[in-house]
Order: sequence, then structure tokens, then C-alpha cells
Amino acid sequence: MAANPKADPVGAGCESREEYRLIGTAFRRVDGRAKVTGQTQFADDLNFPRMAYVKLVRSTVPHARIRNIDLSAAEAMDGVLGTLVGTELPDKFGILPVSEDEHALAVDTVRFVGDPVAAVAAVSEDIAHEAALAVRVEYELLPTISNFNEALKTPEPQMHDYADDGNIHKKVSLKFGAVEEGFEEADVILEDTCYFEGNTHLAMEQHSAVSVPEDEGRVTVYSSTQTPHYVHRALTKVLGLPASRIRVVACSNGGGFGGKSDPFNHEMVVAKLALKLGRPCKVTLTREEVFYCHRGRHPVLMHLKTGFTKDGSITSQHLRTALDGGAFGSYGVASTYYTGALQTTTYRIPNYWFEGARAFTNKPPCGPKRGHGTPQPRFAFEVHLDKAAHHLGIDPAELRLRNLQPPDSVTANWLRIGSIELGECIEAVVRGSGWKERYGKLPEGRGLGLACGAYLCGAGLPIYWNHMPQSGVQIKLDRSGCVAVFCGETEIGQGSDSVLAAIVAEILGIELEDIRLCVGDTDLTPVDLGSYSSRVTMMVGHAAMQAAERARDTIARAVAAQLEVSEAELVFADRRVFPAGDPDRGLDFNAAVVAAEARFGTLGTTGSYIPPRAPGRYRGAGVGPSPTYSYSAAVVEVEVDPQTGVYDCRHVWMAHDIGQAINPVLALGQIEGSIYMGLGEAMMEEQVFRRLPKRLSSALVHKMPSLLEYKSPGFHDMPGMTSYMIESRDDRAPMGAKEVGQGPLLPIMPAVVNAIFDAVGVRVDQVPATPELILKALEARAKGRPARVGPARFPRVDYGTPVEVPTPDQGGDGRARHDPKHRSRSVRAASGTMKDREDALKERRSATLTTA
Amino acid sequence: MSGPSALPPGVTAAVLRVNGEDYPVVFPTHHTLLEVLREKCGLTGTKHGCELGECGACAVRVDGEAVLSCLKLAVEVQGCSVETVEGLQDDNELHPLQRAFADFGAAQCGYCTPGILMVASALLDRNDNPGDADIYEALSGNLCRCTGYHRIVTAVRWAGAMARGDDWRPPEEDFHGADSQAPYPAPWPALPPAREGESRPAVERELRPVGDRELQPRDEGELERLSDGG
Repeated sequence: MAANPKADPVGAGCESREEYRLIGTAFRRVDGRAKVTGQTQFADDLNFPRMAYVKLVRSTVPHARIRNIDLSAAEAMDGVLGTLVGTELPDKFGILPVSEDEHALAVDTVRFVGDPVAAVAAVSEDIAHEAALAVRVEYELLPTISNFNEALKTPEPQMHDYADDGNIHKKVSLKFGAVEEGFEEADVILEDTCYFEGNTHLAMEQHSAVSVPEDEGRVTVYSSTQTPHYVHRALTKVLGLPASRIRVVACSNGGGFGGKSDPFNHEMVVAKLALKLGRPCKVTLTREEVFYCHRGRHPVLMHLKTGFTKDGSITSQHLRTALDGGAFGSYGVASTYYTGALQTTTYRIPNYWFEGARAFTNKPPCGPKRGHGTPQPRFAFEVHLDKAAHHLGIDPAELRLRNLQPPDSVTANWLRIGSIELGECIEAVVRGSGWKERYGKLPEGRGLGLACGAYLCGAGLPIYWNHMPQSGVQIKLDRSGCVAVFCGETEIGQGSDSVLAAIVAEILGIELEDIRLCVGDTDLTPVDLGSYSSRVTMMVGHAAMQAAERARDTIARAVAAQLEVSEAELVFADRRVFPAGDPDRGLDFNAAVVAAEARFGTLGTTGSYIPPRAPGRYRGAGVGPSPTYSYSAAVVEVEVDPQTGVYDCRHVWMAHDIGQAINPVLALGQIEGSIYMGLGEAMMEEQVFRRLPKRLSSALVHKMPSLLEYKSPGFHDMPGMTSYMIESRDDRAPMGAKEVGQGPLLPIMPAVVNAIFDAVGVRVDQVPATPELILKALEARAKGRPARVGPARFPRVDYGTPVEVPTPDQGGDGRARHDPKHRSRSVRAASGTMKDREDALKERRSATLTTA
Repeated sequence: MSGPSALPPGVTAAVLRVNGEDYPVVFPTHHTLLEVLREKCGLTGTKHGCELGECGACAVRVDGEAVLSCLKLAVEVQGCSVETVEGLQDDNELHPLQRAFADFGAAQCGYCTPGILMVASALLDRNDNPGDADIYEALSGNLCRCTGYHRIVTAVRWAGAMARGDDWRPPEEDFHGADSQAPYPAPWPALPPAREGESRPAVERELRPVGDRELQPRDEGELERLSDGG
């Protein structure tokens, strides 16, 4: 490792941020060796003596009341240890407090093929499997809903009684500014209807959970989860036990992508069975079952209307979305808001009206997948802009550059924007791809497409209302020189462990191997909310910085006293603590810790982080705020065979506004992985269903619940990739580092279809853009019809009366003009007002939490 | 201890040779090599993603050849030499593939990694200077959802170079990102040289993403346009 012991005096070092020793270098990830030697323990790798194997009995029908569950044949089987049905776990759970609608096992109703009904535990997986097949369930079939339009037309029977309207789960209408006037000012108004098909995460690791009963009615659940804290809360509710009796340990995830961020029925089931049977229990889903867990990308139909002036400025935008949510709430309320919330972050939209609705359908529940709810409207917007550029005769890159949202600004929907290097990103990919020389000039069949995107660096608010930190870190140091770092964060492959260790090592001037991590354990580590919304680098990073700086300052006090120098001249680097002007006089890090331990007693520090308060005060303002946003721009080059519609992505240029890469190799890996996953969504991936014939219950069944038939890109499908990291440190982020795990996915899908247009002159207004669709558009053009393929119309949806919110430009204060549904202040005070939260924040910031 | 006749029907007792060590195991006869490795030998480094031969996560080597352990019954490998990811390193020294994968970010979540390492090690034992096409072909049965494959392909090449004693490294832009000021067409680093006296295997897709095949002008018309526009 190239050590660069630049003077980093205490108190000034991190503020100056000129040079880091470790941050920004290509170090081996801290879990790298374990991952290549087979030592990383995923949940299914855990085994305990007397462990029982659990299988779930899943519904074979898409919507029905359960008449009877006959367990007798299963229970009579040799080797079966026990069974479980829904009435034994009657309390509902769900990730969002507003939609706790899931049972561990269906109590009276099943809502999709794959909904769990019962569980069996046996001494072997084979016997558990046989026993699950022997369970007989009688159903009374109910009408089924297969898509958004059917949900609109079928208000009864309601799948969940808390839905906003019939089987429309959630309706949102938010109007910012003078939308109609904005359209009147426009020279050109464009309207588009686009469709984004649902798709799934397809993490290579199937979900698994192992529970171990312990003394005094306690239970530990090891799980492949991205959110151990939320699993902990759900288990507390469902098991009816105090939280202190339940321990959740998040194992390394074999890929997450959002698919392991809900609390799951199988986790509740094994916990209950461990307590019931008094032995460890394991459940590992089959690949088919993973498709039923789902929580993947919502299928979204969108209608976008935007006004432009002749020079390309946006005057107003109206976006309508229709989400097919599947059978449960999951993150759906947030997903619905997210289909509108981040639309304003990239380009200046002075007036904006967003209407969104999510339907319940009899399919596996949709939820958050990489980009959570934002890739769909981003696709619509970026395709729309490409069309606008052609209509206005402005280069697509230039059109975007003219409309860039300024840094340090507040958008029409009250998001506070931090640093923006989107212009730099666009310029990098324009330069790298030879855009100016080649766009619109390549031979027939070849084309370039450009698109951009933006994403959160952590959701501004926690999932349940509270005043507590969203991330916490504890550091324990002692005379051994080993620095133990405790944090509830969850390694899902993205490198969160390495971010945590690198930040602590950087500040204490030690090496990664001097650090021992203990993470993702609800008993042993301070709460971190989990690996979702690209929050880890931002929030864990801030908490780690605070804890490490407190440790550094404690050590510095002891060393300063011992060396009789001032604390401010001390430097922490190369495993030593020394005065900047006299490096030879210093102490080894070990000796420095000994000095501190002798002086102050046992050493331990903490750090915590809460994002700053966002300026929006209207109902729905909680979705979208983030401490800052990351930006990406991409150019994709495609080659299309006009005879068949078959196409190939030849190269992708991607520039990402990352602020500062903690580890550039891992950051590039996130960019490349996002390009890959984006190409999958653009070209082939779809979670789709078909109806069985009537004699087979008209069931809605997954068309392709297997890794082979659910098409995802393989080695041969990958184009060349050129990735640029635009490093302009953001003061709001720890070490200046913004997110990189999700943002770079967003531009890919629109860039692909924009490139198809440049190649063959047809518009594909939906993804996946399959060769069949391209061919259809080419054929339409040949017959003199519009050279377009995509949804024909948008349904008539009653989104309700819009909540009208004056924009910052209009002199608004972030509040809605009049919102009858808004809870009054007195009601809100019961659960804590924003002011309470701010006061709490101030108090905590002033509190000294070091033990020294 | 009684003989095999004491075993109930459907159960097999066998000694499996795994990573050069003998594992006496008793298992249901219909169990796959994957199940027996993970559940009876305690070698959980080998992963499962589908148990239907679709994803490659469970690949191991049997008598040197890469095979999917989910499609192989354990009884079929009696008398064979099985190698798993746990046996790849030499004492505490990582195999070049393991070093390259760990240092180059070719393992993100690490779940597909053991299978890919075993397939790649079989490839490198056959050909320690594979071109991208060889690597694509060898690994075409393995899925990875994290990396986008580029780092895996390049890490295999890097490992090959290490094994040959060649000091080739992946290009700098793979460690720190491409130069955002670089114009099109960007300059690209040279490929590792082929071994003396041996021609490089046919390479369909070279490492250089914007190399002579990918983005050079296709026809003279384009060449003209490019030179005019540039």
C-alpha cells in the first residue's frame, strides 16, 4: 500500500481534505480473501447440531380463501418434527408502518401463487420437502387481478381493506408551482406514454435464514438480509417478544440489489419454529421460491407531458404513473412517491405536477430494486428529452446541458440539491464516445444514445418515525493495538465493510489489518438501518468518521501530554502518532493507545449520523430528500440488424459524479455492475406472468421462475465499458464520497433505446426493448405508420385532488396551500414534530459521547 | 463397526477424495455431489444458485475437469479426485486467481466466485495465456449479478500472467477510472504478449474496449466523416 504520510494535524486534517493516505487507493477489500477462499459464511453455510430443515407450503392459486389445511399426513411422516400454520402467528408485519399487511403464513386468504400457507420442519431437507407436498389445502377461489387496469375495474373484493380506493393501494397527486401557466408559456409541448416492464433482482444467493433458540426464551436469527434492524422490529411484533430477547445477525449477502430489504415470512417462520421445537431451524428458498419473494422492479406505465421553449428550456412538466404493485404493500407507498420524487433533480423544472398510483394485483409483491421506483420515470424522461431534442433541432447532449439544475439549489418539489457534476459527466461521455463527430452520422444500423440520471445518497428519513440516529458506530481500542469497530451495517457485496474500515483506518493512521469489524448484529452492534437507498457510505461513513475522530482526539490528548507537545501538532499516519514538525519523536500507534488507556481508563467512542432536515413540509415530502445526490451520464453504442431487430450493445461510456471514491476499484465495480444490470433491464429481463386455462383455476403463474428462462446477460452479452469517475468532493458527504451503487444504472435503459433510434430511426417506448419490438416498429414504419412501438394509451385514473405546493421560486415555504388530509399539528405532536426532532438533533450534536 | 450391509436401503457409504484428502461419508444415494460436499464434508465454499445446472455457482473440478456439482451424484465421483475452492490455495498462499479476484474486485458479493474460480482454474491449467474468447467460452455457464463480468475476465488474464511470471497488469483505468479529458478514440494499453513460440489463441473480443475492432470506422464513408468531423 502506498503510504503517503502527508501532514495531517489533528483538528485540521480532515477539514483540509487535500490528500488521503488510504482513501482513494485501490486496496484489496477487507473481506476479499474470505470471498475467494470459500470462507465467507452466507446464511445457508451455517449449520448447528440438531438443526431442523424447514419447507414452506405455498399457495397454488392466485387468490382464494383458505377453507381447510390438513396437516395430518405430513405430521404422521417419520422424521417430521413439527408444523406451523398462520393462526399461530396472527400478527401482521410489513416494512412500512403504513402497510403492515403480511402474515408469516396466510391466515385466511392467499393472494398470489407462491403465498406461504404452512410450514413443516423435519430432520432432513428431503423429508421436509416430502412433508410439504403431503399438506392438503382446500381453497375457495376469489376473482383475480392481473394488472393495473384490471385493478381499476375491479374495486371489489378488496385485496386489502386499507387501500386508498378499491384495489388501488395508493394515490398521490402533488402539484408544485403554476403548472398550467408553465404549459402556456411553452413553444412546444410534448407528450409520451411509456412502459417499463417489471423485473427481479436475481441475486445469486437464494434467501436463507437460520434460527437458534437460546436460554430464557431468546432466539437468534441469522439471515441473508440487507436490513437486520427492520427484521428485528418485525420479529418483535410477530413473535410478541421483547426486542431484547431477539437477536438478528445479517450474514454476508450473496447479492441484494434491494431483494433482501423486506422482513420476510420465512424469517418469521424459522424463528417461531425454533422457539416451538427447541432446536435450530433452517430455511433456504429454492430458486423458484425466490421469484415468489420478489420485491423487484414495479411494472410502471407512464404518461409524461413537458413544455419547452424554442431554446429548449423546460417550462412545465406533468407526470402520471401507474404501478402494478403485486399482492402486498412492501415498500410500495415509497415506490409510488419515488416514481415522481427525483424527476426534478437533474434538470430545472420550474413547475411540476406528479400523479402516481399503485395497484394491488394477484402476483408476488413488487418493491425496491436498484434505483427504487426512479429508473422507470427516468427512462420516460430521458427518452422524452431525446425526442424533444430532435423536435427542437438541438443536440441531445446540448439540450441537457442547457437545462442543468444548479448546485446548492432547491427544486420545485423542495429537494435540496448539493453538488452537481452532471455537466462534467455529460462532457466526459460526449468526449469519450466521439459523440460530436459520430452522433447521427453512423451508417444505418449503428447508433449512439445518451441519457442521464440521479440518485439519492441515502434516504433522508428512516422507514419508521423516530428521533434516533440512522447509523451508529462504536469503536473499542485497547493495549493490543487492535481497533474493533462495531456497526449495524450489512455487507451485501457492495463493499460496505471496506468503506467502514477504510474511514476508521484513515483517521487513525493505521492499516486495514489493524481493524476488526463486527457488523450487522442487533445484539452487539449499534443500529444502522441497513443497506438500502445508497445510504451506507453517507451515513455509516459519517458515523465512522465521528467515532474515529473522537478516538483520535482521545489518543492525541494522552500523547500530547506524554510528549509535552500540543494536540494540534500531532499527526496520525503510518501506525504512528507524532508531531508534524518532529516525526522521530512520536509513538507507535500501540504505545499511543497504551498511553491513552493508562490515562483515561478503558477506551471506547461512538459516532452517529442523522441526515439534515429537508425543506419540504407537505404530505409526501418525506420521500426524495437526501443529504446530497449523485449524478451519471452515459452514451451507449448499438448495432441493430434491421432485418431481424436483433441488436448488440457495442460499447458503453459512463461518467459518474461520485464526489470521492473511497476505493476506486470497488467504485468502478459498482459502475460496471450497474451498467450490466441496466443492460439486462433494457434488453431482456422481465418478470412476467401468464394465466392458466380456466379449468386450471385461471391462475396467474410466473412465466419463467428459473435462472435459465429468466433471461439475464451472460459473459457474451457484455459490451466494452469505459467508466469515468468525476471526483469533486461533496462537503455534505464523509470524505466527500457520494453513492455509486445505484445511480449509474439509471441512464442505461433510456440510452439504449435512444441509441436504437439513432441506429434505425424507430422509437421503442418500452423496456425491455426486445428484437421483436424493434421489428414491429420497423414494420410499422414500412407500412407508413408512426415508427414507434410502445403503449398506445394511458388509463383514466382518478388521482384525487392535488396537494398544491408553492415552489421556492414562488416564495413558498415548503408547505402545501391546503391539504385536507394533512394531520393537524396537535395530532402530529404525539409522535414527535419536526421541531422536536431538530431539538433532539442539536442536543445530540452538543453531547460528548466519548468515555474519556 | 459393521459392514455396508448394515446400511438401510437408499444410503451409501463412501470415501470421497476431496482436495487431496479422504472424506469417509454416509449419505442418501440420490444426493448430489453439491449436497454431500456442503452437508457431509463441511465444505460450504461451494455454492448453489439453482440446483438445476443453470448458474454455475456450484462448479468444482473432478479429475481436473470443471463440472457442475449439482448435476453430479456423489456416488459418481467415488475414486475420482474432487477439487473445491477450499483446495485452491497452496498452504496459506493464495492461488494467482484468488489474488487477482481479491485485488481486482472480480468478487463483489462473492457468491458466484467459488464456481467461477474452479472453472477458471481448469481453463488456466489447459492454457495459461487465454484470450478473452477462451475465457468467455469457458465461463459461459457461470452467471454473476454483481460485476458486469469485465473484472472477472480481466482477473483471469491477470492470474494467467502471474502464473506465467509475466508482469502484465490490467490497465490503469481499471484501477482508477478512465481519463475524463481523453478524447475519442482513447489510447488503450497494450495486451499481454503471447508466449514465445506460441501464437495467441484466437481472440474474438480483445480486452481493449475501444480497440481496432470495436470502434474503428467500418467503411471509408465513415472514415471520411470522422476525419472531417474530428
